[in-house]
Amino acid sequence: MSESMIKAEGVHKRFGRNEVLKGITLDVAAGEVMCLLGPSGSGKSTFLRCINHLEKINAGRIWVDGSLVGYRQKGDVLHEIPEREVAREREQIGMVFQRFNLFGHMTAVQNIIEAPIKVRGTKPDAARAEAKVLMDRVGLGDRLDAYPAQLSGGQQQRVAIARALAMKPKLMLFDEPTSALDPELVGEVLDVMRGLAADGMTMVVVTHETGFAREVADTVVFMDDGVVVESGDPVAVFENPQHARTQAFLSKVL
Amino acid sequence: MADADQLSEPAPAPAASVEIKAVPVRRPGRLIAGVLIIVVAAALVKSVATNPRFGWGTVGHYLFAPTVMEGLVKTIELTILSMIIGIAIGVLLAVMRLSPNPIVVAASGFYIWLFRGTPVLVQLLFWAFIAALYPVISLGVPFGPAVVNLDANTLITPFVAVLLGLGLNEGAYMSEIVRAGLLSVDEGQEEAAKALGMRRMMTMRRVILPQAMRVIIPPTGNETIGMLKTTSLVSVLAYTELLYAVQLIYATNYKQIPLLIVASIWYLVLTTILSIGQYFIERHYGRGTARSAPPTLLARIWQSFSTWRHTRVEVPEISRHGQ
Repeated sequence: MSESMIKAEGVHKRFGRNEVLKGITLDVAAGEVMCLLGPSGSGKSTFLRCINHLEKINAGRIWVDGSLVGYRQKGDVLHEIPEREVAREREQIGMVFQRFNLFGHMTAVQNIIEAPIKVRGTKPDAARAEAKVLMDRVGLGDRLDAYPAQLSGGQQQRVAIARALAMKPKLMLFDEPTSALDPELVGEVLDVMRGLAADGMTMVVVTHETGFAREVADTVVFMDDGVVVESGDPVAVFENPQHARTQAFLSKVL
Repeated sequence: MADADQLSEPAPAPAASVEIKAVPVRRPGRLIAGVLIIVVAAALVKSVATNPRFGWGTVGHYLFAPTVMEGLVKTIELTILSMIIGIAIGVLLAVMRLSPNPIVVAASGFYIWLFRGTPVLVQLLFWAFIAALYPVISLGVPFGPAVVNLDANTLITPFVAVLLGLGLNEGAYMSEIVRAGLLSVDEGQEEAAKALGMRRMMTMRRVILPQAMRVIIPPTGNETIGMLKTTSLVSVLAYTELLYAVQLIYATNYKQIPLLIVASIWYLVLTTILSIGQYFIERHYGRGTARSAPPTLLARIWQSFSTWRHTRVEVPEISRHGQ
């Protein structure tokens, strides 16, 4: 693992008067898989959404692959960057949502080729061929023309992963990707994510799947009330949590 | 039996699986209501057929008269063009209403307030008399020199006046319909598009609007049918659409009733055609959703006639037309 893919320093985020992130500092190396754990309301998802600037942060800095997210720094002054450049930064960052958010009026393949063609300018034939490969990779090579409503939750989430991968991101963000799924469908999604991790994708995963975190993560970060309480090697955090809040949380979920 | 088989099979059926054939509950109310309606309908038909003042012969004579045909074409033309203007303005206003720029939002709100708050007939009259307000229409730098000067009476012909009146007014109503449609699309759709690197306008055009169409189409169909009938208002500006065409005829032969029936027949024909068209458009934009095809009125009537046979109206399969 070499230089950092994500670097966050003192990230604060407020919604009105409610401070959700109270100074998050962490580092994700290229090729690293980091799992964010913690009780609901602890700010995990919010932090994830700050990484691709879906949320604007109120203080601190986030860099993705060396460049500042959402701003340009000239001397001591921060300048917001125009929408065009924010969009270009987001192209490089794949995101998978809890509720899948597939485009409902498009088939699986149309969902996957939309951004490559419209944003990247990929030729439709090439994009379609690539989509076929990705659908095979997530095990849905036979459902290319299905509409989201005709797919199970697990299948939809796998299409959503393929859609994110079609932009060839250097980083993948997963926002509770299995929380909206029936228990028997969780495994198929986690399998795809395991495959991605094995291929060396940098991943930040907000999850409640402690089994997955223990098995796949390089680093586990435990967040509570807007701060990082504890982080480190999954074995260390799970077997021997140092902080009382981590112990209390793990005793409930394990 | 193997365990696996038992798991995959439904619980064993009860021994006697004879189809239930019960005597249905008597519903005398339904029978009475049905008979009553049929009697009244028969009386109406008899009166309509035998009252000579309906002048069915005259109706037949003028139904395809050249003046009526010309008026009909003008009515269709006005309906289509003013709806196109209305929808274009409606989409623009709705997108403006959701803009982050407060001045843009206010401008959209003001437009809607003004055009929805005054009767369309009054607006039509304003456009007809626009030359009294602005005899010369100049294009150029605001507060600066004019580049082109146009005479209002040559620029705003009766046709343009009527089109502006109907279209601009319709835009205010359409904008509310479009806005409701845009708001009906889940926020997650926009977020997913953003996360893929799509920009605001592209997201609107490719992701939000197409899905909003499902909500926008049915009331737009209503608006179109409403517009078809509202075009009759422009007869007061002596613009020869369908109603004014028949008025011209009955002004000379005094056969008002038969000629109004001629106009009504054509309005009914057109609204029927529009309703059928709406059904197919709704089906197209409903693709990707389970409840895609609403049954037609006829299908619904047929369904309720045949409930005792448990016949269901078949929902056509999700259409797979390309984009």
